Parts: sequence; structure tokens; C-alpha cells
Amino acid sequence: MASLTITDIRKKFGSQEVLKGISLSINASEFVVLVGPSGCGKSTLLNLIAGLETINSGEIKIGDDVVNDVQPKDRNIAMVFQSYALYPNMNVEKNLSFGLETRKVPRDEIKKTVDHVANMLQISELLKRKPAELSGGQRQRVAMGRALARDPAIFLFDEPLSNLDAKLRVDMRTEIKMLHQRIKTTIVYVTHDQIEAMTLADRIAIMKDGVIQQFDTPQQVYDNPSNLFVAGFIGSPSMNFIPCTVIKQNEDTGVIFKTGEETSFFIPIKRTDLSLTEWIDKDVIIGVRPEQIASGFHLQEGNKQIHEIMCTVQVLEPTGPDTLVFVNINDTKVTCRVNPLDAKQPGENMKLMVDISKVLVFDPDTKMRIGNVA
Amino acid sequence: MPGKMNVMVGEKSPGMIAGRIIVYTLSILAAVYFLIPFFVMVMTSVKTLEDIKSGNLISWPREFTLDAWIKAWDSACTGINCEGVKGYFFNSILMVVPSVAISTIIGAVNGYVFSKWRFKGSEVLFTFLLLGCFIPFQIILLPMSGMLGWLKISQTIFGLALVHIIYGLSFTSLFFRNYYVAIPDEIIKAAKIDGAGFFRIFWKCILPVSAPIFMVVIIWQTTQIWNDFLFGVAFSGSESQPVTVALNNIVNTTTGVKEYNVDMAAALIAGLPTLLVYIISGKYFLRGLTAGAVKG
Repeated sequence: MASLTITDIRKKFGSQEVLKGISLSINASEFVVLVGPSGCGKSTLLNLIAGLETINSGEIKIGDDVVNDVQPKDRNIAMVFQSYALYPNMNVEKNLSFGLETRKVPRDEIKKTVDHVANMLQISELLKRKPAELSGGQRQRVAMGRALARDPAIFLFDEPLSNLDAKLRVDMRTEIKMLHQRIKTTIVYVTHDQIEAMTLADRIAIMKDGVIQQFDTPQQVYDNPSNLFVAGFIGSPSMNFIPCTVIKQNEDTGVIFKTGEETSFFIPIKRTDLSLTEWIDKDVIIGVRPEQIASGFHLQEGNKQIHEIMCTVQVLEPTGPDTLVFVNINDTKVTCRVNPLDAKQPGENMKLMVDISKVLVFDPDTKMRIGNVA
Repeated sequence: MPGKMNVMVGEKSPGMIAGRIIVYTLSILAAVYFLIPFFVMVMTSVKTLEDIKSGNLISWPREFTLDAWIKAWDSACTGINCEGVKGYFFNSILMVVPSVAISTIIGAVNGYVFSKWRFKGSEVLFTFLLLGCFIPFQIILLPMSGMLGWLKISQTIFGLALVHIIYGLSFTSLFFRNYYVAIPDEIIKAAKIDGAGFFRIFWKCILPVSAPIFMVVIIWQTTQIWNDFLFGVAFSGSESQPVTVALNNIVNTTTGVKEYNVDMAAALIAGLPTLLVYIISGKYFLRGLTAGAVKG
């Protein structure tokens, strides 16, 4: 295992700059996930770390060595690809041993490594089969096995689960996490799936347009996203963004939630970590996660952070444990996560509780979060 | 209703049957249309000369004989030389084998580079190479003969083979490149990370999955080069003529009687190798042409 230090790297394809100065410092044996929408540059970044593409400027260090001009084969990395990229003409055993043979590892040592890896991934019975004779999950295991056999300093995963069906994807996700806990090798993992990022990562780097938006632990990026993009990207269903104007009513600073022609509610925002006094009479965007608008909360009696509103139900989406209720607040569609037993039918009015203790406020112009207090 | 459904399954509607009949009738008609000339050739080649003069073009031979074949192979006259086509047949083999082998191998490496090891300007280079597919034979006759003379290999089999290699490269490169484009780039990346270089990847990962396209290219090149007449007549000497040129000379050499049976036999001998190549490997040809169209 090794640390990975990336300093201000830039990459251009033609005249288009796809990475605009990326810096990341990844600790040894850390599991880091790069996540972002397609075209954000996350796969390019992974290819640069692997050495499959060359950087235009900046520095990549693996351990203490600068590897800017080092060939992929000499970087001591292994990579797992989205399409698995197994050699179709070789059986599983040959796929696992190809890298070792190329490196002229002694034959008996190769056999020992292949057996060990095959055992670890439970693919021993498949060693003589060709990739075409394997199921998707089995191919995925072989692809990981090929990387494991090399015993590299850093593992690179490029959307390894995207080609699997939903159920298998969840199973393999757990296996990858267990594997990491066992071998403790540094992992850089690229995905566009924020749930994969949340479940696997020690730290998540969220990218957009070639820039890292935030690099922090899953809980931090969920609770304290640094801007509107991160807030909307992480979490499913997405965070609700409600445009409001900050007003002062009596002695309280707060916002108005207008839920119908005749119904609007003043929500005071009074928190020790968030002050909106400088924003009075200005527009802001209130970020509320669906689970923060519910039919009721545990110990809500007397809690000053919980406020009641009345809304008209537009659509219901039952998910099983919860039902998603769609309502209108300030002419914006808002998702609420309520107890299935409390959900009213479309067209009916429903009492909802808003918990503002974790509500986020964003500047609509800069898209950044207001009151950056940890 | 379920009973009726069962009747429907397994029985074809009258419309479908009519459709089948039309398809088969047209196919058989087309096959007959294309086979008749071949049939006439074969029939004529095993008839005696009297038989041909007195009989009908498509009639069965009254007396079966291989004399015309033997004469065509061994003693038919091409100009003043009366030794049949055998020498020229071997000339053709000597020309075809190396030129097919070399143009195919270079084409494979070209295709590998143009699809998997692109470099600055490789697309432009590939476009220029493609233009080679559209250059008519006639245009290069003069400059090529000048070049062969300069290389001091004019009128040799080697020179002729060289022309075919150069001319074939455009096609072979295109075929291989289009086939290799369908191989995922990630396999090359994986092999690079596994430590393999340019030739090891080609040898271990690319060549083993190239059998279908090799069949296509070999068949294509063999037919093209074996059947070529223009380069053969322009660049060969009297000793290095390929069989197609010799066939022309046999047919055009008139010593009194026109021996149609010998002409036909010589033509069949000249056409036989390409025919055999198709019969033996035609199914690979079709398979190779469609491979890559469907992933998997």
C-alpha cells in the first residue's frame, strides 16, 4: 500500500481543458471514491493516475516517488475496468497470470499466487474456463483477481459495477468493501453512482467540470455539502431546493413557505451555527432533505426546531419503509419522506413537520453554502 | 380459444407458404442463371473438337475425354511456346503466396496501429492509405514500371509480387483496422498495466482473436492477386507471366483450328484455385465480414 499525492494537475484534450487543477492527498490504505456526472473528468483522472494518459502539468506522487513520466507498468498499480477487459482468448488462469508472466515471475510463484487469489475470490473452479463462459459476476471477480494477483501499491477501479444487474451490484459492493478491509491496499474508485460512493468510501471526492467540488467523508458531504451541486448530487431522493426571501418577523429571522393560494407559513431559522441577519430582504435557496419534512419526528413536542405546515399532496410514491409525498412549496416541487400510514391521498391536505435543525442555506448567485460552520 | 391457438402454432399461414415459394423460386432461378456459363465451360472442356462443332452448346458430351485438359496443362501454345499453362500456373503460385502473406501481415500490424496505437496524424495517414483503395490500376502502370526498372526487378515475379503487396496494403489495412476497432480499448489498457508492450499485446491478445479477419483478408487478397490480368500483362516478362496472361495468350494464339475445348480447360485451370479457396473457406469469409457487427 502507498499514499497518493496529486498536485494541481491539468489535462487538455485538444483545446478543451477537462481537468482544471486537481489536487488530492490520499493516505495509504485509504478507500477514496471519485464521483460525479458523466463528463466531469473522473475517468480521465483515473487514467492519469494509471499512466494511460499523460498530464499537461502538475505532479503525481505514489508514495514518495514522482511518477509523471513513469510507464503504467512501472507504477505498481493495478486497474479494474468497467467492461472487465478480460483477455477473451485466455482462460481464467491465464488471465490471472498474464501480468506475472510478463514480469517474468518464476513459474511456481505464479501458481501459488493464482491459487491464493482464486481461493480468496472463490473462483478456483473457474480457472480453466474462458471469459465468454462466465456470468457477469464471475467476470467481475476474475477482473478483480487479475488486479489482486499483482499485489500493487494502489488499486484503481473504473466503474467496476456498472455492468452488473442491480442485485448483484449490491452484493459485489459489499464484497469489495470486505476485500478492502482485509487487504488494506489504497483504492481509488470511480463511479457515477452516489450510493456506491457513500457506502464504499472513507472519503469522497465529488467532481464537476474538471474541478473537485468537495473532498470529505461521506457523512460530511451529506450533512455539510459545500455548494448546491454537491448538495443535489449526494442523497437519494435529492435534496429539495426551495427559493425563499429572508424576512424579519417580530424578533425572528426566517423564511416564508407558501404552500397554496391562501396558506403560507413563517419558518424562523434560529440556530447557533447559522445566522441570516445579513441576508434580510435578500433571496436565498433553502436546502431541505426529504427526511427533514415528515409526518412527525421522535420527541417533537416542545422542540423549537420543528415547525408545522399544511400542504396539498400532489403525488405519492410508496417505497416500502417510507412513502414519498410530493407537495408544492413556493412553487417548487418538494419531496417529503413520511410514514406510509400517515400519507394522504393526492388532492388532500396534509400536516407536515419541517425539522430545520439541519436545513442548509445557499447563496443563489454563487451557489455556495451560507454560514460555513462545521 | 386455447384450442384454436394450438392449431395456429406449427402451421404456416397460406401467405407465409406463398412467400417461401417465391423466395425459393427466385433463388433457384438466380443460381441456374449463374451456373449455366460454368456448366457450358465444363461440358465443352470434356468434349472432343468434332463433338463441339457438330453438337449443341449445352448438350451432353457424346464421348467423355480429358485430352483438352492435358493439352491445356502440358502442350497448348502461348505464342511460340508450346508447353501449356503449367509453368505459368506455378508462376502465379510463386507470385500469390508471398504477396498475400506479406500484404496480410503488414496490413494486420497497420490495422493494429491505426485502431489501438493512434498517434498524432495517424488519422490523416490512414485517410491517405484509404485513398489507395480508389486508385485505378491504369494510373499507376507507367510510374510503377519506371520504379521497377529503377529497382532492377522489372519483368520478374518478385517485382510483380511487390506491386501486388503495395497495392493490397490499402485494403488489408482497412480490413484489419475495422475489425480491431471492435476490440475494446480497455483490453489494451489492461495489458499495458500488466506490463505488456506493443508486440506482446499484438501477439498474445490481438492475434489469437484475429482468425476470422485473417480468413477474409487472405481470401480477398488471393482472389484479387490470382485473378489480376493488367499488372500481370504490364509488368511480367515472357518467363514470369502469371496464368491469367498465359490463358489470354492461349486463347489468342490461332494455329488453324480454334480449340474451344482446350481454351475452356485452360480457363477452368486458371480459375480453379480461387474457386477452391471459396468452397473451402467461404463460410469463414461470411462470418468474418459480419463479425464485429454484433458485440460479443
